[in-house]
Amino acid sequence: MTSSMNNLDLHDLGVAELAAQLAAGTVSSVEVTQHFFNRIQQHSALGAFLALDADVSLAQARAADARLAAGERTPLLGVPLAHKDVFVTRDFPTTAGSKMLENYRSPFDATVVSQLASAGMVSLGKLNCDEFAMGSGNENSAYKPVQNPWDTSRVPGGSSGGSAAAVAARLVPAATGTDTGGSIRQPASLTGITGIKPTYGRCSRYGMVAFASSLDQAGPMARSALDCALLLSAMAGPDPDRDSTSLDLPALDYAADLTAASQQGGAKPLQGLRIGLPTQFFGAGCAPDVLAAVRGALAEFEKLGATLVNVSLPLTELSIPVYYVIAPAEASSNLSRFDGVRYGHRAAHYTDLTDMYKKSRSEGFGDEATRRIMIGTYVLSHGYYDAYYLKAQKIRRLIAQDFQTAFAQCDVIAGPVSPTVAWKIGEKGDDPVASYLADIYTLSSSLAGLPGMSVPAGFGAGGMPVGLQLIGNYFKEAQLLGAAHQFQLATDWHQKAPGVSA
Amino acid sequence: MALTFEDIARVANLARLELRPDETAHTLSQLNGFFALVEQMQAVNTDGVEPLAHPAALLGEVALRLREDIASEPNQREASQASAPAVERGLFLVPKVIE
Amino acid sequence: MSKDQKSLLVQGYEVVIGFETHTQLTTQSKIFSRASTSFGAEPNTNASAVDFALPGALPVMNKGAVQRAIEFGLAVNAHIAEKSIFARKNYFYPDLPKGYQISQFEIPVVQGGVVEFFLDGEKKSVRLVRAHLEEDAGKSLHEDFIGQSGIDLNRAGTPLLEIVTEPDMRSTAEAVAYAKELHKIVTWIGICDGNMQEGSFRCDANVSVRKPGQPLGTRREIKNLNSFKFMQQAMDYEIRWQIEQIEDGHEIQQATVLFDPDTGETRSMRSKEDAADYRYFPDPDLPPLVIGRDWVEKTRSEMSELPRVMAARFMTGYGLSEYDAGQLTQSKATAAFFEAVAAASGQAKLASNWVMGELSRHLNMEEKSIEASSVGAAQLAALIGRIADGTISNNAAKQVFETLWIGEGQDVDAIIEAKGLKQMSDNGELEKIIDDVLAANAKNVEEVKAGNAKAFNALVGQAMKATKGKANPAQVNELLKKKLG
Repeated sequence: MTSSMNNLDLHDLGVAELAAQLAAGTVSSVEVTQHFFNRIQQHSALGAFLALDADVSLAQARAADARLAAGERTPLLGVPLAHKDVFVTRDFPTTAGSKMLENYRSPFDATVVSQLASAGMVSLGKLNCDEFAMGSGNENSAYKPVQNPWDTSRVPGGSSGGSAAAVAARLVPAATGTDTGGSIRQPASLTGITGIKPTYGRCSRYGMVAFASSLDQAGPMARSALDCALLLSAMAGPDPDRDSTSLDLPALDYAADLTAASQQGGAKPLQGLRIGLPTQFFGAGCAPDVLAAVRGALAEFEKLGATLVNVSLPLTELSIPVYYVIAPAEASSNLSRFDGVRYGHRAAHYTDLTDMYKKSRSEGFGDEATRRIMIGTYVLSHGYYDAYYLKAQKIRRLIAQDFQTAFAQCDVIAGPVSPTVAWKIGEKGDDPVASYLADIYTLSSSLAGLPGMSVPAGFGAGGMPVGLQLIGNYFKEAQLLGAAHQFQLATDWHQKAPGVSA
Repeated sequence: MALTFEDIARVANLARLELRPDETAHTLSQLNGFFALVEQMQAVNTDGVEPLAHPAALLGEVALRLREDIASEPNQREASQASAPAVERGLFLVPKVIE
Repeated sequence: MSKDQKSLLVQGYEVVIGFETHTQLTTQSKIFSRASTSFGAEPNTNASAVDFALPGALPVMNKGAVQRAIEFGLAVNAHIAEKSIFARKNYFYPDLPKGYQISQFEIPVVQGGVVEFFLDGEKKSVRLVRAHLEEDAGKSLHEDFIGQSGIDLNRAGTPLLEIVTEPDMRSTAEAVAYAKELHKIVTWIGICDGNMQEGSFRCDANVSVRKPGQPLGTRREIKNLNSFKFMQQAMDYEIRWQIEQIEDGHEIQQATVLFDPDTGETRSMRSKEDAADYRYFPDPDLPPLVIGRDWVEKTRSEMSELPRVMAARFMTGYGLSEYDAGQLTQSKATAAFFEAVAAASGQAKLASNWVMGELSRHLNMEEKSIEASSVGAAQLAALIGRIADGTISNNAAKQVFETLWIGEGQDVDAIIEAKGLKQMSDNGELEKIIDDVLAANAKNVEEVKAGNAKAFNALVGQAMKATKGKANPAQVNELLKKKLG
């Protein structure tokens, strides 16, 4: 099979472009898959992948090629992706970045995985992440850290660090991630890619190894809002038979809206869009280089016709303790099933049942997971429930109400994703609280269940990427993607590639 | 609200975790640092505020979906026990459970 | 204290008992998974990803379990909550795969309610605190393994309705009567099959003692009482043990105990440290359970007549006593049988006596349920008809019943004929026989006239013998009295 394409350029193509090439027959899914697979192996030092299986991926590619040959033309058919290792898969082991699940093989696929497979996407393997999605730098993976492709001495962000690094380094055109307190948005920001966390309940959580049940959401990570829209269309949708928290909202064709909008064109495509800037997001806590890039991006939005208004989210700082009470509480309970009885790590030596539990769990869990289980157990324990967990859930409502007050004055809220650009691996040392504080801009929208995006907005200190965060009201993913898309039509931050991507 | 060694021991036991003695002191200081942060919550007045258990509940009542009572899951023991540490005659083996 | 209350005291102590009963609901699938609830399957074959608590599995609520909770609430006149919450009860145990049980804590689906029953003719009323939905745990098997246990999760996730009483009961007899009434209710309305050997109906008894007028004593919980017989035995032992402890100067410590049927004793379970700290919190995987009033009303209108309502109807409609009506509404089948007999014979009182008497006795002897009765309702109705119209005496009827029961005959009239059981109805013939008897027993006649009652009975006996038992004893009595003046 010859192709008029220069195979070396395949990895510069986004999802939409690859799909078009596949549909046009200029390249086959097997060729595309093999190309990315080779790149993944070449760049294994990045640490992005935890599981690979060429046979499995190529078999999926051949199946996609058969569907193409039969005349099927659907938006994602034959395009490869990879899944964050918190989505269970039958074809690959699932570890959730933990020793607890080393070699675990799930008998079922996550709903999101099934939906993307039905759409014809080819799975290239499982992506590294912080253990049980707990972390902001992918330094908590039990297997290996992930390197930021822009500067391999730095973190890619977390917990979807492997997903972000793989997309940024062009090892995959797209990846799935999960976001509980910022774990799609923050790594996207730190690696210069696009990612969206939809409204809570928009995507099914069935088959996502649970971290914090009332916060976890699946979402796409790719190099453009359009690509994210393509994936989100296949990922979203109700799952009433398997996930009681998934909302009864039909999936939308997010990409169609974007394409229609681009075709409309006009000089001021975002005329009428009011962008709210919370004063709390633009204070002293944010590094000046980040603020500069963010303000630069906002100026572009103004050129496109949007207006900027000041809003206030007074409880922004409180979102940190509130989140770090609720999420560990839910996690401490969700992680109780890892007891060495039915699957997962069981200690080799123990004296009795209690000892088996303790040794298996202590050996299987890393430091951060252990810490969060301790915190979570404590805040739920007798005598502390009211003062901690219940109190946090009440403030959570106030935080959500703050957003509604703000949305009375604006359509989307914007600001930085992370107070700094990516830091050096190992730099944060052993101070978990310092890490928690850096989540300040993403936690509140997670608590409220609102959709949020990170869009590449420029560069900061050391030439490291800076992301612009866009937060929408409930169910307004289309609006976020549309605004981001217009921004990306007018700018080219999202097209910048790190050197390693060559 | 400072934690003590007893608190750490109690919580570790509840969570079936085992901390080495050198770990315990370290964990204690980290957790105390964390809880200093958490104390900020007490300053917020939440009188009359209902907890927000499900984010979508802000928009209106979220009700539990009910499914029809049909037993449609077949026997899937083999696949489900594929990753089991110890199985005999279809049963998961554990150290003897003493009532 | 009333004389009755005093009489319940054990060695001077008042007994206080509350019950928690776990009833397995008769759904096809589990409460949060679609695996089957069928009994006796090979280990771990009635379990899905949800029941194995595999990573990524999530609960989805079974409507049939909610339906049964509503039916129970209506049957005990409880409040059905418009909104109730599922909560996680966190603890580690191998038969609890998630490391937490999904239950209901602060806001259960059924609130309040009352269970009424009779104990030795006295009406009792036990208040319910609540009934809530939760999932059952799996099973640990010890017998075949040395130093190990085998875990079977087939039972894990079976829907349970946990029914909790106030500590209203004041004797072990009352507690057993309560348990039996509750068993009747849940099987009558069909939400539970009541099979105690299979673990469908499991009672925990909270028992404490106190001197009258004192505050409540510390209670100990006797777990997993799965037979009515052992229930009473266990509680009686526990009460004696507690009293002995107190009399010896020891304080009762709160504990969970198990009854050993072999030794007849209760013993404390290995103490589970921190057993009390379950860290309940609302399950974030399950939004609140909302039950609209129209669902409740629809259920109410579709429910078959409840036993207490039916018993009241028996009293007014058939003129039965409260006790009799209660006995006849022990089960739907018994009530249906009675009504069929009453309708066919038109003799409600006789029907009641015979169902509770001869029929019951025969069923109990052969451990048969009424559905398997060897005498059908139509046959019994026919038999009763022949008593009512004087064809046969009550004694003769018992013979006919026996014949029907063992299957020697099918038709009542044919049996009466074949065994010559017809009562003598012809007064003339009877008078002649009596005259003969009087003539043959002149000495006795003298004695009777002298006031000897025994002699009179002897004459009655002679007369009955002469008629080969076919005379109506009441008639014989009457005639003799008339003739002897």
